[in-house]
Amino acid sequence: MLHHVKSQGIISPACVDESGKLSGFVHSFDTGGAVDGPGMRFVLFVSGCQFQCLYCHNPDTWKMHNGKMTHVDDIVAEIEKYAHFLRFAGGLTISGGEPLMQAYFIGEIFYRVKHELKLHTALDTQGFLAEHLEDDWFENVDLVLLDIKHINPEKYEALTSKPLQPTLDFARRLSAMKKPMWIRYVLVPGYTDDVDDVEKLADFIGTLQGVERVEVLPFHKMGEHKWDDLGLNFHLKDISPPSPELLNRVIGQFQKRGLFTC
Amino acid sequence: MKIHETDLSLEAWRGFVGDEWKNGVAVRDFIQANYTPYAGDSSFLVSSTPRTQKLWDKVTTLVAAERIKGVLDVSADIGTSIIAHDAGYIDQSLELIVGLQTDAPLKRAIVPNGGLRMVQAGLEAYGFKLDANVENAFALYRKDHNQGVFDVYSPDILACRKSGIITGLPDAYGRGRIVGDYRRVALYGVDFLIKDKKREKSELDVGEFSETILRTREELSEQIRALAELKQMALKYGFDISQSAKTAQEAIQWTYFGYLAAIKEQNGAAMSIGRISSFLDIYIERDIQEGRLNETAAQELIDDLVIKLRMVRFLRTPEYDQLFSGDPTWVTESIGGMSEDGRTLVTKNSFRVLNTLYNLGAAPEPNLTVLWSVEMPQGFKEFCSKVSIETSAIQYESDDLMREHWGDDYAIACCVSAMRVGKQMQFFGARCNLAKTMLYAINGGVDEKSGVKIAHGFTPITSEYLDYDEVISKFDAMMDWLATTYVKALNAIHYMHDKYHYERIEMALHDRDILRTMACGIAGLSVAADSLSAIKYAKVKVIRDENGIAMDFEIDGEYPAYGNDDDRVDQLAVWLVETFMDKIRQHKTYRDSTPTQSVLTITSNVVYGKKTGNTPDGRRSGEPFAPGANPMSGRDTNGFVASGASVAKLPYEAALDGISWTATSTPDSLGHSIADRVTNLTNCLDGFCGANGFHVNVNVLNKDTLLDAMNHPENYPQLTIRVSGYAVNFVKLSHEQQLDVINRTFHIHS
Repeated sequence: MLHHVKSQGIISPACVDESGKLSGFVHSFDTGGAVDGPGMRFVLFVSGCQFQCLYCHNPDTWKMHNGKMTHVDDIVAEIEKYAHFLRFAGGLTISGGEPLMQAYFIGEIFYRVKHELKLHTALDTQGFLAEHLEDDWFENVDLVLLDIKHINPEKYEALTSKPLQPTLDFARRLSAMKKPMWIRYVLVPGYTDDVDDVEKLADFIGTLQGVERVEVLPFHKMGEHKWDDLGLNFHLKDISPPSPELLNRVIGQFQKRGLFTC
Repeated sequence: MKIHETDLSLEAWRGFVGDEWKNGVAVRDFIQANYTPYAGDSSFLVSSTPRTQKLWDKVTTLVAAERIKGVLDVSADIGTSIIAHDAGYIDQSLELIVGLQTDAPLKRAIVPNGGLRMVQAGLEAYGFKLDANVENAFALYRKDHNQGVFDVYSPDILACRKSGIITGLPDAYGRGRIVGDYRRVALYGVDFLIKDKKREKSELDVGEFSETILRTREELSEQIRALAELKQMALKYGFDISQSAKTAQEAIQWTYFGYLAAIKEQNGAAMSIGRISSFLDIYIERDIQEGRLNETAAQELIDDLVIKLRMVRFLRTPEYDQLFSGDPTWVTESIGGMSEDGRTLVTKNSFRVLNTLYNLGAAPEPNLTVLWSVEMPQGFKEFCSKVSIETSAIQYESDDLMREHWGDDYAIACCVSAMRVGKQMQFFGARCNLAKTMLYAINGGVDEKSGVKIAHGFTPITSEYLDYDEVISKFDAMMDWLATTYVKALNAIHYMHDKYHYERIEMALHDRDILRTMACGIAGLSVAADSLSAIKYAKVKVIRDENGIAMDFEIDGEYPAYGNDDDRVDQLAVWLVETFMDKIRQHKTYRDSTPTQSVLTITSNVVYGKKTGNTPDGRRSGEPFAPGANPMSGRDTNGFVASGASVAKLPYEAALDGISWTATSTPDSLGHSIADRVTNLTNCLDGFCGANGFHVNVNVLNKDTLLDAMNHPENYPQLTIRVSGYAVNFVKLSHEQQLDVINRTFHIHS
C-alpha cells in the first residue's frame, strides 16, 4: 500500500545555540489554555509540522523557522512563573505544530517541568513520529492528547498528506503502556462526518486501554485568515462548522461504546 | 390608609443571641453572633413562582417601552425628597416588597439640589419641561451644589475640565459612592436610631462651638429630620417602621425602605446598597425554623427585592450617558467573603440573590459583587462560576485583600470601592488622564488637541527622539501639577456638596465619627505604561506640527507591552500608580480625608480616548483607552493568565479605592464541557486572588452574539455584559461603546 512506501519522517536533531544551551523553535505560548488537556494549561506551541491538514488552524506553525529559537531554560523560567497556579489548576501542554518533530527539545522541557516544577504534563500530537522514540521518553508525559484525524487510510492521507498507520500503531503502543490518552477528532462536514467512518474509529478506540475521553472538536474557520496571510489556498473556505445535530450524532456514536465523550 | 398589621405577640429580637448589639448600633456584632454559614451547594434553590413571573413580566413590558423612548416618564413637577412623592406601585396586588422612587414605576425624579442645570438639560433631552415653581425656588431662594462649585473653581480647574485631562467630576449632580447601613432600619427600627443620633448630638456640647462642631451638629440635626421623614415615607405605604422588623418580610421591607429613602433624596452616580444578603439570611432562617417561611416563599421575597433594585432610575444628560453608558445606577450588593474568625460569610441567601439571575433572567443591576476568598466553600465558588458562565453578570473582588484593610463588614460602593458599612464614606473624585498628562509633559503643557496652553510654567521636549530620562523627569513634574489642580477641584466639589446637597438619610445610617477617604482615580494607565516602555525599549521619533506640537510618534523597534507578565513594562505601570498616589498624598484634602485612588474607568475609557491625541505607544488619536487597569486591547498576547498576572502586580496599598480588570472569554475557550468550564473558572479566580489580584469582571460571551445584538437589539433585551466595574445591558450602550467592547481582547481558542 502507498503509505508503506513513504518516508515516516524524521525527528529534528537536538540543537544548541552559541552558548551551548539546548534550544528549539517556539511559535508562541498561551497562559490561559483550557481546552488542551485537563484544567488550565500553559500551552507551549512549538513550530514545525510535516502534515498539511486541510483544516489546520495554525498553518503559521508548519515551518520550524516560523518559530523563534528559544532556550529550554527560558521556557522553564516562563512556566515557573505560573507553576503555583498550574499545580492546582492544570499543568503544561506542549502543542504545535507537531511537537514530536523537536522531541529532544520538548523531552527536556517535559523532564524539567515534571521533576523541577512538579506539574502535570500533556503532549498534543498526531503520533506520526512516535515510533522513533523509546518507551522511556514518554515517562515524563502524563497524558497524550492523540489526534486521530481519520480512520480511513486513503481519506486520512487526502486530509493530512501523510499516512495513517503510524498513528494507529502509536495508539496501540500507548494502550499497551497503559498511558492515559485523550483521543481528539476534528469533525469537518463532508470530510470526517461519515457515519461508517466514525463507527470504525469508535470501534478502534474501543479496543484501546487508557482512553479517558474522546473530544469531538467542531471544525471552525478562525484560522482561515492565517492561510490568506501566508498566501496559501484554504480549501475548506465553503465548509461550515458542523450543526449541533451532527455534533450530537457523532458524540453519540462514541458514547454508545461507553467512551466519555465531549 | 390601612396600616399593615404584624403579629403583635412577636418579639422582634426573639431567638437572637448576643448582647453588645442590643445596647448600641452594632450590626456587624449582630451578624457575627447570629448568622448561619452555609457550606453546601446550590441544590436547595427553587425557581420563581407564577406570581413573581407575572410581576416581572409587567416590569419587562415597561422596560421595553423605556428602551425605545430613552426615558419612560419624569416627575418634572416636583423636586425630589424622601417624602415628595406619594406611594407608587407596579401592581400592588402582586408585590411582596413595595416602594418606588416616585409615584409610578420607572418614572424618574428630578434632583435640583445637585444642580438645576443638569436637571434642565436632562429634561430638555427627553422632551420634558421643568415646573415653574421649582425653577423659581432655585432662582430666588435656594442655591444648588453645582452653583457653589462653580463659584469657587479656578481658571486652571476649568481649563482641565474643558480639555478633558480631568473628566467625570461630580460637580453637577450627586457624588454618590456613599453606602448607608440600611440594615440598621430593620434591626433597630427608626426610633432607636433617632435616639442614638440625639445622643451623638448631645455629646457635642462641650467646649467651644468651633466650625467643625457646628457643622457636625447641623448635620446631625438634618440626619434626625431625615429619619423622621423615612418613617413618614414608609407610612405612605402603610408601614410603621419606628420599631424593629419582626419577620423576614419586614426585615427586607425595612432595609429596602432605608435604601429607597436614599435614592429618593440623592442621584449619585453610584447608589450602592451594601452588604445585606447574609444579614437578611438571619431573619429568613428564623422564619424557616418557626415555620413562617419555606424556601419558595424565601426566594419570592428575594426575587421581589431584586425586582425593585432593577428599577432604580435617575434622570441624566446625554453627556453623562457618554461617560457612564447604559443607564447604570450601581446598586452594588456585596456577597460572600469570610469572617475574621475564619467562618465563611456565605449563607443560603448569598445563593438566593445570585439565583435571581436565573429566576428573572440576566441583568446588570443590582451590581452583584462576590467578595472572593480562596477559603470560601467550594459549593459557593462553583455556583458563582456557573452563574458567571451563563449570565456574565457577576464581578469578583478579593476579600482576602480587602478584609485585611477593612475587616469583615465592608461593602463595595460603585465598582471597586471598599468601605466599612456605616463607618466609612468617600468623596468620589472621578479620575484624571495619565496618558494625556504624558503628552502635556512632552508638549510643555499645551493640549495636543486644541493647541491651547493648559499647564503653565513648563517647557516642551524638543529633541527628535524621545529620551526616556527626560520624559520621566518632565512627566513627573507634570503629574505634580495635575495632582495639585485635581485635589483643588475635589476639595471644592466636596465642600459644596456637603453644604448644598448633603446626604441626610445616608449619613443618618452611619456613625457620627467615620473615616472619610478622598477617592482620586487615574485613567489611561496601560497607554502611559506602554508609551514609557516604547520610549525605553524601542526608539520613538516625534512628529511635530508647524507650531512644534508633538502630533504623532514613529516607533522604531519593538517594546514589551503591559499585559504579558513582563516585569520590564509591568514595573513601569506599578511606578505610575505609586508615583501618582504619592503626589496626591502631598496635598491637604477636604475634611482631613485620607487620600486613595482607583484604577478604574467605567465606560469613560471611550471618552478619554476620544479626547487624547496620538500617543508614543502607537495608539491612534481618538482610539479608546483600555478600561480600568486592563492592558490595551490585543496587546496581551500571552493569554489571560499572563494578562491577569500583570494587573495583579499593581499594588493595592497604592490604589486602595480599587483596581479594575475586565476579562472576556468565549464559552468554548473555558473548556469542552460545562463541568470543565466551572472548574476552570473557579481555579482561575482562586489563582488570581491568590496572586493578589484585586478585581475581575468575568464575561463569557461569543463575539457573534454581540454583533447580532448590535443589529437586532430587540432580540436581546437582557443581554448583560460586564464592563469596567459594572454590568450593562449591551443594547443600551452607545454604538461606539458597543464597538469598543467587541474590539476588546477576547481570549479565544484558535
